[in-house]
Amino acid sequence: MGKRKVTGLVVYLVFVLLPIYWLLNMSFKTNEEILGGLTFWPQHFTFDNYITIFTDASWYMGYVNSVTYVVINMVITLLVALPAAYAFSRYKFVGDKHLFFWLLTNRMAPPAVFLLPFFQLYSSIGLFDTHLAVALAHCLFSIPLAVWILEGFMSGVPREIDETAYIDGYSFGHFFVRIFIPMIRSGIGVTAFFSFMFSWVELLLARTLTSVDAKPISAIMTRTVGAAGIDWGVLAAAGVLTIVPGVLVIWFVRNHVAKGFALGRV
Amino acid sequence: MANIILSGLAHSYSENPSGMDDYAIHALNHEFKQGGAYALLGPSGCGKSTLLNIISGLLTPSEGDVLFDQQSVTHLSTAERNIAQVFQFPVVYDSMTVGENLAFPLKNMKLPKQQIQQKVEEIAELLELSDILTKKARNLSADQKQKVSMARGLVRENVSAILFDEPLTVIDPHLKWKLRRKLKQIHEQLNITMLYVTHDQLEAATFADEIAVMYQGKIVQFGTPQDLFERPNHTFVGYFIGSPGMNFIDFNKMDTSYAAQALFAKLSPVQQEILEEVKSDNIQLGIRPEFVQISQQSEANAVEVDFVSVEHLGTFQIVTTCFAGKELKVRVSEHWHRQSDVLYLSFPSEWLKLYIDDYLVGESMESEHE
Amino acid sequence: MNKVQNNRAWWLVLPMFVLVAFSAIIPLMTVVNYSVQDIFDQNTAYFVGIEWYQEVLRDTRLHDSLLRQFTFSFSVLLIEIPLGIAVALTMPKKGWQSSLCLILLALPLLIPWNVVGTIWQIFGRADIGLFGWALNAIGVDYNYTANTVDAWLTVLLMDVWHWTPLVALLCYSGLRAIPDAYYQAAQIDRASSWAIFRHIQLPRLKSVLVLAVLLRFMDSFMIYTEPFVLTGGGPGNATTFLSQTLTQMAIGQFDLGPAAAFSLVYFLIVLLVSWLFFTTISHMEKDKSDG
Repeated sequence: MGKRKVTGLVVYLVFVLLPIYWLLNMSFKTNEEILGGLTFWPQHFTFDNYITIFTDASWYMGYVNSVTYVVINMVITLLVALPAAYAFSRYKFVGDKHLFFWLLTNRMAPPAVFLLPFFQLYSSIGLFDTHLAVALAHCLFSIPLAVWILEGFMSGVPREIDETAYIDGYSFGHFFVRIFIPMIRSGIGVTAFFSFMFSWVELLLARTLTSVDAKPISAIMTRTVGAAGIDWGVLAAAGVLTIVPGVLVIWFVRNHVAKGFALGRV
Repeated sequence: MANIILSGLAHSYSENPSGMDDYAIHALNHEFKQGGAYALLGPSGCGKSTLLNIISGLLTPSEGDVLFDQQSVTHLSTAERNIAQVFQFPVVYDSMTVGENLAFPLKNMKLPKQQIQQKVEEIAELLELSDILTKKARNLSADQKQKVSMARGLVRENVSAILFDEPLTVIDPHLKWKLRRKLKQIHEQLNITMLYVTHDQLEAATFADEIAVMYQGKIVQFGTPQDLFERPNHTFVGYFIGSPGMNFIDFNKMDTSYAAQALFAKLSPVQQEILEEVKSDNIQLGIRPEFVQISQQSEANAVEVDFVSVEHLGTFQIVTTCFAGKELKVRVSEHWHRQSDVLYLSFPSEWLKLYIDDYLVGESMESEHE
Repeated sequence: MNKVQNNRAWWLVLPMFVLVAFSAIIPLMTVVNYSVQDIFDQNTAYFVGIEWYQEVLRDTRLHDSLLRQFTFSFSVLLIEIPLGIAVALTMPKKGWQSSLCLILLALPLLIPWNVVGTIWQIFGRADIGLFGWALNAIGVDYNYTANTVDAWLTVLLMDVWHWTPLVALLCYSGLRAIPDAYYQAAQIDRASSWAIFRHIQLPRLKSVLVLAVLLRFMDSFMIYTEPFVLTGGGPGNATTFLSQTLTQMAIGQFDLGPAAAFSLVYFLIVLLVSWLFFTTISHMEKDKSDG
């Protein structure tokens, strides 16, 4: 690898990390220091901003809410996408092509289009301001991608595996859970990564479908704008805390993602 | 065009090799002469692909030198060595036509257009690719793709050598034979050094004038197919070449049984002399199944063996017998019929080889022409 | 792979179908319903046909917003696709360096979009942000809250920061799928690094690039949260993109009819452009293989 290449990559990574560092930097400062003048690292290192968040239920419940609907979304997505992807990868059936295409078009629908109808739909069936409502709304966008990714991975598993299992006397369910799913572990890792990614980062739908009980952290963050101006320190700390789950997820799936990206469709 | 000399070559894929096992190649000295057709024969993992990549410059050896015509090229790039190489799996540039594929190495050398055109047509003619020159390379069958990658190797003039790394692995059996013959023809026409890596003895024997047999990172024998068959230099060569491989009988000097005496009597004076003096316990006698004589009646100097099984293989049969607790195979004609469970074998002196510590010893000019 | 004809496979698809249909078809029907009616209150509505569509298509505010949206989406593609490829090419192929790069690259993708907005809102400010401060320190008069061009460029830079990693990760996976023999053969054939890129890497990146272009187009075309947090659509309307215009209309002004008509037009534009991208690229592929 040439020197120029390394330099280029390092410059790019600095570009990626610098804004994040700045947020981290600010989260450990007092508001006086932030507004007092530009400092490259905290002069008066403080955890106050984090303490504010962890001691106030209206703050930290935001994280609990977000994590709750993200997990529900991931579980639902995998549960319905796995069998569907298996069907698409193994069988021809009436309307399969049209169904697949229709599924993908949902990924292309701007969330803004669905704001109002979603609001009305979930209000009318009493799901408004529940975690399930947000999870279901996010499913509209995460399932198409999940089916598509999983179908790619499953097509890479030879049919003979299925047939051998049936000859050996496995039932479909047994085969699917015991043999097939372990074979596409990487695919499931990548799918979970993408479901998480979409659901965790989305704000527009999550904010519209909740008011108090299921309000996501991203919506609560807007609270920092008070009469006295913006509470920068708490805002930065809240932001940093939203990055942490992402880092954990990447850490857990890092091997799967590297491998999964290479093998599968994505 | 060049003589290729390998001197004291060793290569390890780990950065800090701790023992012999970490070396893919070690203590390797050899010379390939300009214009020869050579094969590198050996089982998987014997280091033959590593050696090939060292010669082409894709790998730099941990120790030792590669010389082309007395010039060290150890640290030169592939381009500077002017080498062509064909890989196990066909590599074609998908986005180009067959013709563009062939022209690609020449274009990279910035040759004039007309010359490129002429050379491409010439090689295409040679490999019967003329009809598909304008076709996209990606739509070809595997064997056609492999022909294209071979042609890309042949298209450059004055290459030092062309290296083939098991190029026929993906080719259908009936086409394998055709392509191998094609390569042989091309070698005769172009007078280029060709080095062909394979694990198939038949492929090696039909392609090469001389074969280098590799075993555990070393070249254990270099010679014509006939040499390898008649005088295996190493027990591995005896075992690897021929089908089935050579019979080896463990020999103990202290053994006073009739069988041991009979075997000893068959050895040449030179071999007997060596046996008297040798200190090692690792002594084996080797003989090819083709040269063992079988009889249904007791004969002078013949040893008695028990019959185990027989395999019919078309024009011949392989009889497996049990001699002193070990299997010994004999090749007989298709018309041979067994009459009893006890058989008598005799071992012609000229084909009985002596191996000490796995290496052939006691061969003299006299014994060869007895 | 030969697939078996089996209509019972529908049972496997059914849960997925019901779930997506529930979240897709009912709301879509609601939108269609609104788009052809004039609604005064819950019980009073008049059928107005295509009137709302006509109004929406004539609305200059939407024309401007659409133009801004296209400019933005194409700028995003023009920058992110080449940059993503370049980053993927420079990434180490194995070892801990490669894992580290993957993790660092994926970082921006997992930050909530409003936080992305917040990060840049802070980062770009001249008083408390490193970026804004640095620019002003070297004498550039930069202020994204007041200057239209600055605001627009900041949103663009933010999107590049946010989404180039996705393109890079996709390309990286594509590159890793190329067998070593190709690079070795290229070395033997004396291909220059440009020729390696042009004839080995690029052709084999084609399918992931199709995906990257589609994803980046779709998502940039629907962008809402990040510029909303960063600039609030301003200064003026400089960074008001389609989604924001739509939300203002539907929730801010409660113009349900026009908003619904607009929604459908919006959806159709995304579908149409995605389809155009997709067929153009597939056709390019076909022409080549026929040639």
